[in-house]
Amino acid sequence: MELELRGITKRFPGVIANDHVDLTVRDGEIHGLLGENGAGKSTLMNILYGLYRADEGEILIDGTPVAFDGPGDAIDAGIGMVHQHFMLVPVFTVAENITLGTEPASAFGQLDRDAANDAVRELSERHGLPVEPDAVVEELPIGLQQRVEILKALYREAKLLILDEPTAVLTPSEADDLFEAMSALRDDGRSLVFISHKLREHQAIADRVSVLRRGKIVGTADPREASEQELADLMVGRPVDLVVDKDPSEPGEVVLEARGLGAHDEDDTPLLRDVDLQVRRGEIVAVAGVEGNGQTALVECITGLRTANEGTVTLLGTDLRERTRVDLLRGGIGHVPEDRNRDGLVGAMSIAENLILAHWDAAPYAERGLLQFATIRRHADEAVEAYDIRTPSSATSAGSLSGGNQQKMVVAREFDKDNDLLVAAQPTRGVDVGSIEYIHGRIVQERDEGTAVLIVSSELDEVLALADRVAVMFHGRLMGPFTMPIDKSAIGQMMAGADPDDILGGGSDDGPSSADPLDPAASAPTETTDEGRA
Amino acid sequence: MSTDGSPPPEPTSRGSREDSDDEVRRREQEQAAEADRAVHRTTGDEPLVQRLVDALTGPNVLVTVLAFVLALVIGAVLIAVSDSEARGALSYVFARPGDFFGAAWTAISASYGALVKGAVGSTNGITESLLAATPLILTGLAVALPFRAGLFNIGGEGQVIVGGMVAAWAGFAIDGLPLLVHLPLALLLGVVAGGLMGWLPGFLKVRTGAHEVITTIMLNNIAAIGLSYGLTSELFLGPDNINPRGLSVADSATLPRLFGTRLNVGIIIALVVAVGMYYLMERSSRGFEIEAVGLNPHAASSAGMSVARATIATLAGAGALAGLGGAILGLGVASGGITTGFSAGVGFDGITVALLGRARGPGTVAAGLLFGALSIGGRAMQARAGINLDLVGVLSALIILFVAAPALVQALFRLKRHRTVDVPGMSAQGAA
Repeated sequence: MELELRGITKRFPGVIANDHVDLTVRDGEIHGLLGENGAGKSTLMNILYGLYRADEGEILIDGTPVAFDGPGDAIDAGIGMVHQHFMLVPVFTVAENITLGTEPASAFGQLDRDAANDAVRELSERHGLPVEPDAVVEELPIGLQQRVEILKALYREAKLLILDEPTAVLTPSEADDLFEAMSALRDDGRSLVFISHKLREHQAIADRVSVLRRGKIVGTADPREASEQELADLMVGRPVDLVVDKDPSEPGEVVLEARGLGAHDEDDTPLLRDVDLQVRRGEIVAVAGVEGNGQTALVECITGLRTANEGTVTLLGTDLRERTRVDLLRGGIGHVPEDRNRDGLVGAMSIAENLILAHWDAAPYAERGLLQFATIRRHADEAVEAYDIRTPSSATSAGSLSGGNQQKMVVAREFDKDNDLLVAAQPTRGVDVGSIEYIHGRIVQERDEGTAVLIVSSELDEVLALADRVAVMFHGRLMGPFTMPIDKSAIGQMMAGADPDDILGGGSDDGPSSADPLDPAASAPTETTDEGRA
Repeated sequence: MSTDGSPPPEPTSRGSREDSDDEVRRREQEQAAEADRAVHRTTGDEPLVQRLVDALTGPNVLVTVLAFVLALVIGAVLIAVSDSEARGALSYVFARPGDFFGAAWTAISASYGALVKGAVGSTNGITESLLAATPLILTGLAVALPFRAGLFNIGGEGQVIVGGMVAAWAGFAIDGLPLLVHLPLALLLGVVAGGLMGWLPGFLKVRTGAHEVITTIMLNNIAAIGLSYGLTSELFLGPDNINPRGLSVADSATLPRLFGTRLNVGIIIALVVAVGMYYLMERSSRGFEIEAVGLNPHAASSAGMSVARATIATLAGAGALAGLGGAILGLGVASGGITTGFSAGVGFDGITVALLGRARGPGTVAAGLLFGALSIGGRAMQARAGINLDLVGVLSALIILFVAAPALVQALFRLKRHRTVDVPGMSAQGAA
């Protein structure tokens, strides 16, 4: 079906979220919607899905104007939406979730589970989206949960599918599966709207891409013709530096040393296997890998959040077991957690309060047990200025900020102290291009000031842009680190479990851990997949 | 909150950047400010006057006041229909509406007049109201403190009972000490006993994951039954006493009275404690830790704070506060000897008080004073206007109902609602 938005305008107090947006989604195309956080993408899609009502403008489906009073109307009109945060009942099965609201039932109101299962099985086969109808949703990996969401929309006979930042929660291989499914749906004659702020994904999948900036459509392009740089500039509204500018590293003394590190969770599922790692002053070591291969446990062991079951971690020669988390955060380690909303900040507290989260009872922010509000405020104002946190004031709650600015706040807190070691996990996840550029610059600056930097990222591009040495994690084992430059496809192969000796011919400079990357007894991928998201 | 209306800081050092960047910056600031208004929290570093103005004009306080007004309106309807004269006039209300409204107005004004007059219309009324408010302030704080750490202490009643029992025992069983030693000692023992009653659920939660709501409710029963049992034993009754009433507390452990009325120094103790709690909760680093744990335990422990310590400390502290309330009862109004009903449900009323006070120190004190006054005024209303005391219970229940459902109050008064996240997946700053 063909969808046309004409002059859609939506105002919130003080903000125009959508400013006369014209957008046409043709029959059978994947239409990319590109824009920074806060550009108005989600608002536009919520209007289209009937969650918001536009102040001005109209929506036309196949040339006929329509008005939606709620998602029900939009679903009836053939519009389906896959939200960024899934709308699934975790304890229900796949089939129950998909048929929810229109469940097949017997005359006496009894659920007909078999009919539901059959319907779902048939649906999933028809679209090449295999799922197990009996599986309980909360036990499925994120990628499959998303597939359930898509099937839910298809079960309601969606002709136009909106995917709101679908890749933000996926591993690269899950994203590839998604793209395949999207192509199949398009070839089936459906239209898709694909929202993402990752340029590369638009180039990979979209037929056309519209760029939204500050509530306005600033251009529509063929992503295969437009260069990444052009799209980025269009999205941000100024020339963007996509390449991280850095000099060769000058490694100094060893700051972090992990030896024979092993860890397992409560069910004795191994998380880390015999990991050796050294990080020196003035270098960036980046750990690549599909999420859930033990990176979370590695970071926890290194930052004092988890005690390794085997092996030792030393920071400048002292055993980490002798130091508490508070002690580490206040003297030596900066830690940017991978899930900032869960572990990195308290949304209801102000920026100023969040900036002293780890120094809440230490001078100069607390004296004789009382908080020194003037000092805290002054410190916050300086950090807001120095780290370009865009906020009306340092008393604004952290939860009100955009993802990029929240991350800059966490970065400000963790970088703005005398660190020996900086550990940043997924430092630019869910962050807009402008902020990514800024945060990458800061990380390199930290390195140049003599900090040992460890980056953990599932974004291969980020790893390649920042790293002086690259390591790859797979099934709890660490391969490398290997000195850059290293072939991108080689890292990709190692992320999928290939033996580095086969690919690189033994180019490792931290030998022992790379000797046997593929333990035949190693668990199946699913066994550790959920660990990173728990 | 001070952020509202204050101009965004001028990006002085970045004049060389392009205009569009400034626009982006301004826009991001606007969005953050807009989203922040929905959260609306004071940080405590503004000047006092500013904070007072903010507190009194904030949406929460407005809702609380309107909830109170609504409760009074519904209470008025109940008074009108329960007044026999007004009810008689109701049968011909369409013929002569004046009769009904006249009679209803007389009944309502007489009842509420008696309520207000009884509560604050005389020296006696005021001191009685303060006396009634004393334990309510403390039990209210005993709910408010753990609430800030994300914990719900239902165990105030049991903590009051245990605190009162132990303090009263210390009051009559210990002999020959001067007032300045005996009274503080008895109070302290009550505080410690209540504190242990609070510590136990905290310990169980940290060690075993037992939910504090369940354990504190059960401990209430244990305490109440323990009190009944205690009042059958010689430990509390002394020899040759068949009345289920504890022994009288020695004069050296009785709270001295003020102004020659029944009011005792307990109110001063309660207010001093409340000021201390204000400093702990709003100004101290310990309070910051408690609040962070309550708002996001993951981020708090990631910052090196101890969730376990905050859990145990706040629940034990809550028990100590309620225990102090019980001790003040046992050494004050019940100094003639504790009975099975000496606590009079103040532990449960503390939940109401804390909710109305929105778990903040000053608000809890104000709510405690309000409910103290309501209970005294209610008695006067019953005596003078013949309205059942239960109306006061209905009023406080209605207030809480409306406070707990702010959206209802806002809809009734057509207040501008702050946009809330009603659909997961849509960010709070709807414009994102």
